[in-house]
Amino acid sequence: MSSVLYDAPGPKARARSRAISIVGVILVLAILAWLILAMGAPKTSANGAVQPGLWDATRWDVFSDRQVWRSLGGGVIATLKMAGVAAVLALIIGVLFSFGRTADHKAIRVPTAVVLEFVRGMPVLLMILFILLVFSTGSYWAGVSALAIYNGAIIGEALRAGIQSLPRGQREAGLAIGLTPLATRFTIEFPQAFRQMLPIIIAQLVVLLKDTSLAFIVGYSELLRVGVKNLPDFFGNRYLFSFFLVVLAIYLAMNLSLSWVARFVARRSGPKAGKLVDPEPTLTPKDPLASVRGGYSTGDGGQGPA
Amino acid sequence: MDAVIENLPIFLEGFKNTLGLLLLSGIGALVLGVIVAALRISPIASFRGFATVYTEIVRNTPLTLVLFFCAFLLPYLQFSPPFFVLAVIGLTVYTSPFVAEALRSGINGVPVGQAEAARSVGLTFGQSLRYVIMPQAVRMVIPPLINVFIALTKNTSVAGAFFVFELFGAGRQVVNDRGDAVIAILAGVAFFYLIITITLGQIAARVEKKVAVLR
Repeated sequence: MSSVLYDAPGPKARARSRAISIVGVILVLAILAWLILAMGAPKTSANGAVQPGLWDATRWDVFSDRQVWRSLGGGVIATLKMAGVAAVLALIIGVLFSFGRTADHKAIRVPTAVVLEFVRGMPVLLMILFILLVFSTGSYWAGVSALAIYNGAIIGEALRAGIQSLPRGQREAGLAIGLTPLATRFTIEFPQAFRQMLPIIIAQLVVLLKDTSLAFIVGYSELLRVGVKNLPDFFGNRYLFSFFLVVLAIYLAMNLSLSWVARFVARRSGPKAGKLVDPEPTLTPKDPLASVRGGYSTGDGGQGPA
Repeated sequence: MDAVIENLPIFLEGFKNTLGLLLLSGIGALVLGVIVAALRISPIASFRGFATVYTEIVRNTPLTLVLFFCAFLLPYLQFSPPFFVLAVIGLTVYTSPFVAEALRSGINGVPVGQAEAARSVGLTFGQSLRYVIMPQAVRMVIPPLINVFIALTKNTSVAGAFFVFELFGAGRQVVNDRGDAVIAILAGVAFFYLIITITLGQIAARVEKKVAVLR
Protein backbone atom coordinates (compact mmCIF):
# COMPACT_ATOMS: atom_id res chain seq x y z
CA MET A 1 0.00 0.00 0.00
CA SER A 2 1.42 3.36 -0.91
CA SER A 3 0.93 6.04 1.66
CA VAL A 4 -2.02 8.33 1.08
CA LEU A 5 -0.08 11.23 2.46
CA TYR A 6 1.89 11.96 -0.70
CA ASP A 7 1.60 11.19 -4.38
CA ALA A 8 2.92 7.89 -5.64
CA PRO A 9 6.64 8.36 -6.33
CA GLY A 10 7.75 8.46 -9.93
CA PRO A 11 10.87 6.77 -11.33
CA LYS A 12 13.15 9.62 -10.23
CA ALA A 13 11.86 9.69 -6.67
CA ARG A 14 12.03 5.91 -6.46
CA ALA A 15 15.64 5.90 -7.60
CA ARG A 16 16.48 8.60 -5.10
CA SER A 17 14.80 6.72 -2.28
CA ARG A 18 16.68 3.57 -3.22
CA ALA A 19 19.97 5.47 -3.25
CA ILE A 20 19.28 6.91 0.21
CA SER A 21 18.36 3.46 1.42
CA ILE A 22 21.66 2.00 0.25
CA VAL A 23 23.62 4.88 1.76
CA GLY A 24 21.68 4.32 4.99
CA VAL A 25 22.60 0.64 5.09
CA ILE A 26 26.25 1.48 4.51
CA LEU A 27 26.15 4.17 7.18
CA VAL A 28 24.60 1.86 9.78
CA LEU A 29 27.01 -0.95 8.95
CA ALA A 30 29.95 1.43 9.10
CA ILE A 31 28.95 2.67 12.55
CA LEU A 32 28.52 -0.90 13.76
CA ALA A 33 31.87 -1.96 12.32
CA TRP A 34 33.56 1.03 13.93
CA LEU A 35 32.00 0.18 17.30
CA ILE A 36 33.08 -3.44 17.06
CA LEU A 37 36.61 -2.50 16.04
CA ALA A 38 36.86 0.16 18.74
CA MET A 39 35.81 -2.35 21.35
CA GLY A 40 38.30 -4.88 20.00
CA ALA A 41 41.24 -2.52 20.15
CA PRO A 42 43.65 -3.09 23.06
CA LYS A 43 43.42 -0.33 25.65
CA THR A 44 46.08 1.26 27.82
CA SER A 45 44.76 2.07 31.25
CA ALA A 46 45.94 4.99 33.37
CA ASN A 47 48.81 3.11 35.02
CA GLY A 48 50.23 2.01 31.69
CA ALA A 49 49.03 -1.60 31.74
CA VAL A 50 47.68 -2.76 28.38
CA GLN A 51 44.33 -4.56 28.41
CA PRO A 52 43.56 -6.91 25.55
CA GLY A 53 40.63 -5.92 23.29
CA LEU A 54 37.14 -7.19 24.07
CA TRP A 55 37.17 -9.77 21.26
CA ASP A 56 40.58 -11.09 22.24
CA ALA A 57 40.71 -14.87 22.71
CA THR A 58 41.91 -14.51 26.31
CA ARG A 59 38.56 -12.99 27.16
CA TRP A 60 36.56 -15.82 25.64
CA ASP A 61 38.51 -19.01 26.38
CA VAL A 62 36.43 -19.56 29.51
CA PHE A 63 33.52 -20.72 27.36
CA SER A 64 35.33 -23.92 26.42
CA ASP A 65 34.82 -25.01 30.02
CA ARG A 66 31.77 -27.27 30.29
CA GLN A 67 31.23 -26.20 33.90
CA VAL A 68 30.53 -22.63 32.78
CA TRP A 69 27.75 -23.76 30.50
CA ARG A 70 26.38 -26.00 33.24
CA SER A 71 26.23 -23.00 35.63
CA LEU A 72 24.55 -20.86 32.99
CA GLY A 73 22.06 -23.66 32.37
CA GLY A 74 21.37 -23.79 36.08
CA GLY A 75 20.73 -20.04 35.98
CA VAL A 76 18.33 -20.41 33.08
CA ILE A 77 16.44 -23.14 34.94
CA ALA A 78 16.25 -21.02 38.08
CA THR A 79 14.89 -18.11 36.04
CA LEU A 80 12.34 -20.32 34.29
CA LYS A 81 11.33 -21.89 37.60
CA MET A 82 10.60 -18.50 39.06
CA ALA A 83 8.83 -17.27 35.92
CA GLY A 84 6.78 -20.45 35.55
CA VAL A 85 5.45 -20.57 39.10
CA ALA A 86 4.83 -16.83 39.11
CA ALA A 87 3.01 -17.04 35.77
CA VAL A 88 0.61 -19.73 36.98
CA LEU A 89 -0.09 -17.83 40.19
CA ALA A 90 -0.46 -14.56 38.26
CA LEU A 91 -3.09 -16.13 36.00
CA ILE A 92 -5.06 -17.38 39.01
CA ILE A 93 -4.78 -14.03 40.78
CA GLY A 94 -5.71 -12.25 37.57
CA VAL A 95 -8.90 -14.28 37.20
CA LEU A 96 -9.82 -13.59 40.84
CA PHE A 97 -9.13 -9.86 40.41
CA SER A 98 -11.21 -9.66 37.25
CA PHE A 99 -14.14 -11.36 38.97
CA GLY A 100 -13.84 -9.12 42.00
CA ARG A 101 -13.63 -6.04 39.79
CA THR A 102 -16.77 -6.93 37.84
CA ALA A 103 -18.75 -8.25 40.83
CA ASP A 104 -22.34 -7.11 41.29
CA HIS A 105 -21.87 -6.16 44.92
CA LYS A 106 -20.27 -2.85 45.65
CA ALA A 107 -18.75 -4.33 48.81
CA ILE A 108 -16.52 -6.54 46.66
CA ARG A 109 -16.01 -4.27 43.67
CA VAL A 110 -14.75 -1.16 45.43
CA PRO A 111 -12.11 -2.78 47.68
CA THR A 112 -10.82 -4.79 44.71
CA ALA A 113 -10.51 -1.63 42.65
CA VAL A 114 -8.56 0.08 45.43
CA VAL A 115 -6.20 -2.89 45.85
CA LEU A 116 -5.66 -3.07 42.08
CA GLU A 117 -4.89 0.64 41.85
CA PHE A 118 -2.46 0.32 44.75
CA VAL A 119 -0.64 -2.72 43.36
CA ARG A 120 -0.37 -1.27 39.87
CA GLY A 121 1.12 1.98 41.12
CA MET A 122 3.90 0.24 42.99
CA PRO A 123 7.37 -0.74 41.78
CA VAL A 124 7.75 -4.53 41.71
CA LEU A 125 11.13 -4.18 43.34
CA LEU A 126 9.58 -2.48 46.35
CA MET A 127 7.03 -5.27 46.61
CA ILE A 128 9.78 -7.90 46.48
CA LEU A 129 11.69 -6.13 49.24
CA PHE A 130 8.53 -5.77 51.31
CA ILE A 131 7.64 -9.45 51.11
CA LEU A 132 11.25 -10.43 51.73
CA LEU A 133 11.58 -8.32 54.87
CA VAL A 134 8.10 -8.54 56.35
CA PHE A 135 7.32 -12.20 55.74
CA SER A 136 10.99 -13.33 55.61
CA THR A 137 10.19 -15.80 52.86
CA GLY A 138 13.60 -16.11 51.26
CA SER A 139 14.43 -14.50 47.94
CA TYR A 140 12.77 -17.12 45.73
CA TRP A 141 9.30 -16.87 47.20
CA ALA A 142 9.58 -13.11 47.64
CA GLY A 143 10.23 -12.79 43.92
CA VAL A 144 7.55 -15.29 42.94
CA SER A 145 4.81 -13.76 45.06
CA ALA A 146 5.59 -10.13 44.17
CA LEU A 147 5.70 -10.96 40.45
CA ALA A 148 2.49 -13.00 40.77
CA ILE A 149 0.59 -10.22 42.54
CA TYR A 150 1.81 -7.44 40.28
CA ASN A 151 1.27 -9.25 37.00
CA GLY A 152 -1.95 -10.75 38.34
CA ALA A 153 -3.27 -7.22 38.80
CA ILE A 154 -2.42 -6.33 35.23
CA ILE A 155 -3.85 -9.54 33.81
CA GLY A 156 -6.95 -8.93 35.93
CA GLU A 157 -7.40 -5.50 34.40
CA ALA A 158 -6.98 -6.95 30.91
CA LEU A 159 -9.59 -9.63 31.60
CA ARG A 160 -11.97 -7.05 33.01
CA ALA A 161 -11.59 -4.96 29.87
CA GLY A 162 -12.27 -8.13 27.88
CA ILE A 163 -15.42 -8.93 29.84
CA GLN A 164 -16.70 -5.39 29.53
CA SER A 165 -16.08 -5.24 25.82
CA LEU A 166 -18.41 -8.19 25.20
CA PRO A 167 -21.85 -7.40 23.80
CA ARG A 168 -24.33 -7.09 26.65
CA GLY A 169 -26.55 -9.68 24.98
CA GLN A 170 -24.10 -12.41 25.97
CA ARG A 171 -24.79 -11.93 29.66
CA GLU A 172 -28.49 -11.37 29.14
CA ALA A 173 -28.76 -14.54 27.10
CA GLY A 174 -27.00 -16.52 29.81
CA LEU A 175 -29.31 -15.19 32.49
CA ALA A 176 -32.36 -15.71 30.28
CA ILE A 177 -31.75 -19.42 29.88
CA GLY A 178 -31.68 -19.73 33.66
CA LEU A 179 -27.97 -19.76 34.50
CA THR A 180 -27.02 -18.10 37.76
CA PRO A 181 -25.00 -14.88 37.43
CA LEU A 182 -21.86 -16.72 38.51
CA ALA A 183 -22.40 -19.54 36.04
CA THR A 184 -23.00 -16.99 33.29
CA ARG A 185 -19.74 -15.32 34.10
CA PHE A 186 -17.80 -18.59 34.22
CA THR A 187 -19.24 -20.43 31.25
CA ILE A 188 -20.24 -17.64 28.88
CA GLU A 189 -18.43 -14.37 29.48
CA PHE A 190 -15.08 -15.47 30.86
CA PRO A 191 -14.08 -17.90 28.08
CA GLN A 192 -14.71 -15.27 25.44
CA ALA A 193 -12.87 -12.57 27.36
CA PHE A 194 -9.92 -14.86 27.97
CA ARG A 195 -9.72 -15.76 24.30
CA GLN A 196 -9.84 -12.16 23.26
CA MET A 197 -7.22 -11.06 25.75
CA LEU A 198 -4.83 -13.98 25.26
CA PRO A 199 -2.28 -11.98 23.23
CA ILE A 200 -2.16 -9.26 25.89
CA ILE A 201 -1.82 -11.89 28.61
CA ILE A 202 1.07 -13.59 26.85
CA ALA A 203 2.74 -10.24 26.25
CA GLN A 204 2.44 -9.66 29.98
CA LEU A 205 4.07 -13.02 30.62
CA VAL A 206 7.05 -11.85 28.57
CA VAL A 207 7.24 -8.88 30.92
CA LEU A 208 7.10 -11.29 33.86
CA LEU A 209 9.96 -13.32 32.43
CA LYS A 210 11.99 -10.14 32.00
CA ASP A 211 11.19 -8.98 35.51
CA THR A 212 12.51 -12.15 37.14
CA SER A 213 15.87 -10.42 36.72
CA LEU A 214 14.81 -8.11 39.56
CA ALA A 215 15.35 -11.06 41.90
CA PHE A 216 19.04 -10.53 41.12
CA ILE A 217 18.88 -7.51 43.41
CA VAL A 218 17.60 -9.49 46.40
CA GLY A 219 20.15 -12.23 45.87
CA TYR A 220 18.30 -15.03 44.10
CA SER A 221 20.73 -16.99 41.91
CA GLU A 222 18.96 -16.72 38.57
CA LEU A 223 20.48 -16.29 35.13
CA LEU A 224 21.56 -12.69 35.62
CA ARG A 225 23.19 -13.28 39.00
CA VAL A 226 24.93 -16.44 37.87
CA GLY A 227 26.05 -14.89 34.59
CA VAL A 228 27.26 -11.45 35.54
CA LYS A 229 28.09 -11.87 39.22
CA ASN A 230 28.95 -15.41 40.30
CA LEU A 231 30.86 -16.52 37.21
CA PRO A 232 32.93 -13.35 36.72
CA ASP A 233 33.69 -13.36 40.46
CA PHE A 234 35.03 -16.86 40.09
CA PHE A 235 36.87 -16.64 36.77
CA GLY A 236 38.04 -13.05 37.00
CA ASN A 237 36.72 -9.67 35.98
CA ARG A 238 38.26 -9.66 32.53
CA TYR A 239 35.51 -12.08 31.46
CA LEU A 240 32.76 -9.68 32.64
CA PHE A 241 31.96 -8.31 29.20
CA SER A 242 31.96 -11.74 27.55
CA PHE A 243 29.60 -13.11 30.20
CA PHE A 244 27.40 -10.05 29.81
CA LEU A 245 27.06 -10.62 26.07
CA VAL A 246 26.25 -14.29 26.53
CA VAL A 247 23.62 -13.57 29.20
CA LEU A 248 22.11 -10.90 26.96
CA ALA A 249 21.92 -13.40 24.10
CA ILE A 250 20.20 -15.99 26.30
CA TYR A 251 17.64 -13.45 27.54
CA LEU A 252 16.95 -12.26 24.02
CA ALA A 253 16.49 -15.83 22.80
CA MET A 254 14.00 -16.62 25.58
CA ASN A 255 12.02 -13.39 25.33
CA LEU A 256 11.95 -13.20 21.55
CA SER A 257 10.67 -16.75 21.25
CA LEU A 258 7.92 -16.07 23.79
CA SER A 259 7.05 -12.83 21.94
CA TRP A 260 6.90 -14.83 18.76
CA VAL A 261 4.38 -17.18 20.40
CA ALA A 262 2.36 -14.13 21.46
CA ARG A 263 2.31 -12.84 17.91
CA PHE A 264 1.31 -16.23 16.57
CA VAL A 265 -1.54 -16.49 19.09
CA ALA A 266 -2.59 -12.92 18.31
CA ARG A 267 -2.97 -13.81 14.65
CA ARG A 268 -5.05 -16.85 15.50
CA SER A 269 -7.23 -15.60 18.32
CA GLY A 270 -6.75 -11.87 18.86
CA PRO A 271 -9.57 -9.36 18.86
CA LYS A 272 -9.29 -9.16 15.09
CA ALA A 273 -9.11 -12.89 14.38
CA GLY A 274 -11.77 -14.19 12.08
CA LYS A 275 -12.48 -10.80 10.60
CA LEU A 276 -10.88 -9.30 7.54
CA VAL A 277 -7.72 -11.01 6.38
CA ASP A 278 -6.36 -7.69 5.23
CA PRO A 279 -5.52 -5.63 8.30
CA GLU A 280 -6.96 -2.16 8.57
CA PRO A 281 -5.09 0.31 6.42
CA THR A 282 -2.83 2.62 8.34
CA LEU A 283 -1.08 5.87 7.62
CA THR A 284 2.44 4.55 7.89
CA PRO A 285 4.10 1.74 5.99
CA LYS A 286 3.08 -1.72 7.05
CA ASP A 287 5.02 -3.38 9.79
CA PRO A 288 5.21 -7.13 10.17
CA LEU A 289 5.65 -6.85 13.93
CA ALA A 290 2.71 -4.58 14.57
CA SER A 291 0.18 -7.16 15.66
CA VAL A 292 1.24 -7.29 19.28
CA ARG A 293 2.44 -4.43 21.37
CA GLY A 294 4.90 -5.98 23.75
CA GLY A 295 4.07 -4.97 27.29
CA TYR A 296 6.22 -2.47 28.98
CA SER A 297 8.19 -3.87 31.85
CA THR A 298 6.35 -3.00 35.03
CA GLY A 299 3.86 -0.97 33.19
CA ASP A 300 0.99 -0.15 31.02
CA GLY A 301 -1.41 -2.92 31.70
CA GLY A 302 -5.11 -2.74 31.82
CA GLN A 303 -5.87 -1.23 28.47
CA GLY A 304 -8.64 -2.65 26.42
CA PRO A 305 -8.15 -3.93 22.91
CA ALA A 306 -6.90 -1.26 20.60
CA MET B 1 5.31 5.69 62.22
CA ASP B 2 7.93 7.73 64.06
CA ALA B 3 10.59 5.97 62.00
CA VAL B 4 9.16 7.64 58.91
CA ILE B 5 8.82 11.06 60.48
CA GLU B 6 12.32 10.98 61.97
CA ASN B 7 13.83 10.09 58.62
CA LEU B 8 11.70 12.40 56.52
CA PRO B 9 14.73 14.37 55.23
CA ILE B 10 16.23 11.13 53.85
CA PHE B 11 12.95 10.26 52.15
CA LEU B 12 12.63 13.73 50.67
CA GLU B 13 16.20 13.55 49.39
CA GLY B 14 15.36 10.22 47.74
CA PHE B 15 12.11 11.60 46.37
CA LYS B 16 14.00 14.51 44.83
CA ASN B 17 16.39 12.13 43.11
CA THR B 18 13.55 9.93 41.89
CA LEU B 19 11.88 12.99 40.38
CA GLY B 20 15.20 14.00 38.85
CA LEU B 21 15.69 10.57 37.31
CA LEU B 22 12.10 10.60 36.04
CA LEU B 23 12.40 14.06 34.52
CA LEU B 24 15.82 13.68 32.88
CA SER B 25 15.33 10.18 31.52
CA GLY B 26 11.75 11.06 30.55
CA ILE B 27 12.95 13.94 28.40
CA GLY B 28 15.80 11.84 27.02
CA ALA B 29 13.48 8.96 26.18
CA LEU B 30 11.04 11.35 24.52
CA VAL B 31 13.77 12.75 22.25
CA LEU B 32 15.27 9.35 21.44
CA GLY B 33 11.79 7.85 21.04
CA VAL B 34 10.74 10.52 18.53
CA ILE B 35 13.89 9.80 16.51
CA VAL B 36 13.29 6.04 16.59
CA ALA B 37 9.61 6.50 15.69
CA ALA B 38 10.55 8.76 12.79
CA LEU B 39 13.03 6.16 11.53
CA ARG B 40 10.43 3.46 12.04
CA ILE B 41 7.88 5.12 9.76
CA SER B 42 10.32 6.63 7.28
CA PRO B 43 9.94 5.67 3.62
CA ILE B 44 13.55 4.45 3.54
CA ALA B 45 13.69 0.72 4.14
CA SER B 46 17.11 0.51 5.77
CA PHE B 47 16.22 3.11 8.41
CA ARG B 48 13.00 1.22 9.10
CA GLY B 49 14.88 -2.03 9.51
CA PHE B 50 17.44 -0.48 11.83
CA ALA B 51 14.74 1.05 14.04
CA THR B 52 12.82 -2.24 14.15
CA VAL B 53 15.87 -4.21 15.25
CA TYR B 54 16.72 -1.59 17.87
CA THR B 55 13.17 -1.67 19.24
CA GLU B 56 13.01 -5.45 19.42
CA ILE B 57 16.39 -5.88 21.09
CA VAL B 58 15.97 -3.18 23.70
CA ARG B 59 12.39 -4.13 24.48
CA ASN B 60 13.32 -7.74 25.11
CA THR B 61 16.27 -6.98 27.37
CA PRO B 62 15.56 -6.86 31.11
CA LEU B 63 15.99 -3.42 32.63
CA THR B 64 18.25 -4.89 35.29
CA LEU B 65 20.63 -6.02 32.56
CA VAL B 66 20.59 -2.58 30.89
CA LEU B 67 21.34 -0.84 34.17
CA PHE B 68 24.00 -3.41 34.99
CA PHE B 69 25.66 -2.56 31.69
CA CYS B 70 25.55 1.14 32.54
CA ALA B 71 26.70 0.79 36.13
CA PHE B 72 29.47 -1.78 35.70
CA LEU B 73 30.48 -2.17 32.06
CA LEU B 74 30.55 1.46 30.95
CA PRO B 75 33.01 2.35 33.75
CA TYR B 76 34.95 -0.79 32.79
CA LEU B 77 35.09 0.54 29.22
CA GLN B 78 36.58 3.71 30.70
CA PHE B 79 33.49 5.85 30.57
CA SER B 80 32.69 6.77 34.13
CA PRO B 81 30.46 9.73 34.96
CA PRO B 82 28.60 9.61 38.30
CA PHE B 83 26.15 6.76 38.81
CA PHE B 84 23.20 9.13 38.57
CA VAL B 85 24.14 10.00 34.99
CA LEU B 86 24.74 6.33 34.16
CA ALA B 87 21.27 5.47 35.48
CA VAL B 88 19.73 8.26 33.40
CA ILE B 89 21.45 6.87 30.31
CA GLY B 90 20.19 3.35 31.03
CA LEU B 91 16.62 4.42 31.74
CA THR B 92 16.60 6.64 28.64
CA VAL B 93 17.73 3.83 26.36
CA TYR B 94 15.37 1.33 27.97
CA THR B 95 12.32 3.62 27.75
CA SER B 96 12.90 4.99 24.25
CA PRO B 97 11.45 2.04 22.26
CA PHE B 98 8.28 2.13 24.34
CA VAL B 99 7.90 5.85 23.63
CA ALA B 100 8.49 5.15 19.94
CA GLU B 101 5.84 2.44 19.91
CA ALA B 102 3.31 4.67 21.66
CA LEU B 103 3.94 7.43 19.12
CA ARG B 104 3.69 5.10 16.17
CA SER B 105 0.47 3.48 17.34
CA GLY B 106 -0.98 6.96 17.89
CA ILE B 107 -0.21 8.04 14.35
CA ASN B 108 -1.57 4.75 13.02
CA GLY B 109 -4.72 5.31 15.08
CA VAL B 110 -5.77 8.25 12.91
CA PRO B 111 -8.23 6.86 10.36
CA VAL B 112 -6.95 6.79 6.80
CA GLY B 113 -10.08 8.63 5.67
CA GLN B 114 -8.80 11.72 7.44
CA ALA B 115 -5.66 11.76 5.35
CA GLU B 116 -7.57 10.98 2.19
CA ALA B 117 -9.99 13.81 2.88
CA ALA B 118 -7.12 16.20 3.55
CA ARG B 119 -5.38 15.25 0.35
CA SER B 120 -8.53 15.40 -1.74
CA VAL B 121 -9.32 18.98 -0.69
CA GLY B 122 -5.90 19.83 -2.06
CA LEU B 123 -3.72 20.11 1.05
CA THR B 124 -0.08 19.29 0.46
CA PHE B 125 1.83 16.64 2.44
CA GLY B 126 3.04 19.20 4.96
CA GLN B 127 -0.33 20.87 5.29
CA SER B 128 -2.25 17.66 5.82
CA LEU B 129 0.22 16.60 8.51
CA ARG B 130 0.14 20.02 10.13
CA TYR B 131 -3.59 20.68 10.12
CA VAL B 132 -5.24 17.26 10.02
CA ILE B 133 -3.09 14.32 11.10
CA MET B 134 -0.90 15.72 13.87
CA PRO B 135 -3.60 17.47 15.92
CA GLN B 136 -5.44 14.16 16.13
CA ALA B 137 -2.37 11.97 16.57
CA VAL B 138 -0.99 14.06 19.43
CA ARG B 139 -4.23 13.69 21.36
CA MET B 140 -4.32 9.95 20.85
CA VAL B 141 -0.69 9.60 21.82
CA ILE B 142 -0.88 11.33 25.19
CA PRO B 143 -2.64 8.60 27.26
CA PRO B 144 -0.31 5.74 26.20
CA LEU B 145 2.63 8.07 26.60
CA ILE B 146 1.60 8.87 30.16
CA ASN B 147 1.37 5.12 30.79
CA VAL B 148 4.96 4.82 29.62
CA PHE B 149 5.98 7.53 32.06
CA ILE B 150 4.12 5.83 34.90
CA ALA B 151 6.10 2.69 34.16
CA LEU B 152 9.28 4.77 34.00
CA THR B 153 8.52 6.12 37.48
CA LYS B 154 8.33 2.60 38.81
CA ASN B 155 11.44 1.59 36.89
CA THR B 156 13.53 4.30 38.51
CA SER B 157 13.40 2.10 41.61
CA VAL B 158 15.74 -0.37 39.88
CA ALA B 159 18.35 2.37 39.67
CA GLY B 160 18.28 2.39 43.47
CA ALA B 161 19.91 -1.01 43.39
CA PHE B 162 22.74 0.35 41.23
CA PHE B 163 24.21 2.94 43.60
CA VAL B 164 21.77 5.78 42.92
CA PHE B 165 20.29 7.26 46.05
CA GLU B 166 16.60 7.57 45.14
CA LEU B 167 13.40 6.54 46.95
CA PHE B 168 14.06 2.81 46.91
CA GLY B 169 17.64 3.34 48.02
CA ALA B 170 16.47 5.70 50.75
CA GLY B 171 13.96 3.11 51.92
CA ARG B 172 16.64 0.44 52.03
CA GLN B 173 18.97 2.64 54.02
CA VAL B 174 16.31 3.60 56.56
CA VAL B 175 15.26 -0.04 56.90
CA ASN B 176 18.85 -0.94 57.71
CA ASP B 177 18.84 1.63 60.52
CA ARG B 178 15.40 0.87 61.87
CA GLY B 179 14.75 -2.84 61.41
CA ASP B 180 11.88 -2.67 63.88
CA ALA B 181 9.60 -0.54 61.68
CA VAL B 182 9.95 -2.21 58.29
CA ILE B 183 6.25 -2.06 57.39
CA ALA B 184 5.86 1.64 58.20
CA ILE B 185 9.01 2.59 56.31
CA LEU B 186 8.20 0.66 53.16
CA ALA B 187 4.62 1.97 53.28
CA GLY B 188 6.14 5.44 53.43
CA VAL B 189 8.23 4.74 50.33
CA ALA B 190 5.16 3.32 48.58
CA PHE B 191 3.23 6.48 49.46
CA PHE B 192 5.79 8.64 47.68
CA TYR B 193 5.66 6.45 44.58
CA LEU B 194 1.88 6.54 44.59
CA ILE B 195 1.95 10.35 44.69
CA ILE B 196 3.64 10.31 41.28
CA THR B 197 1.93 7.33 39.66
CA ILE B 198 -1.64 8.07 40.74
CA THR B 199 -1.34 11.73 39.71
CA LEU B 200 -0.09 10.71 36.28
CA GLY B 201 -2.83 8.07 36.04
CA GLN B 202 -5.51 10.67 36.80
CA ILE B 203 -4.16 12.94 34.08
CA ALA B 204 -4.18 10.04 31.63
CA ALA B 205 -7.77 9.15 32.51
CA ARG B 206 -8.91 12.74 32.09
CA VAL B 207 -7.19 13.14 28.73
CA GLU B 208 -8.61 9.82 27.58
CA LYS B 209 -12.12 11.01 28.44
CA LYS B 210 -11.61 14.18 26.43
CA VAL B 211 -10.39 12.24 23.42
CA ALA B 212 -13.38 9.92 23.66
CA VAL B 213 -15.71 12.92 23.38
CA LEU B 214 -13.82 14.04 20.33
CA ARG B 215 -14.48 10.82 18.43
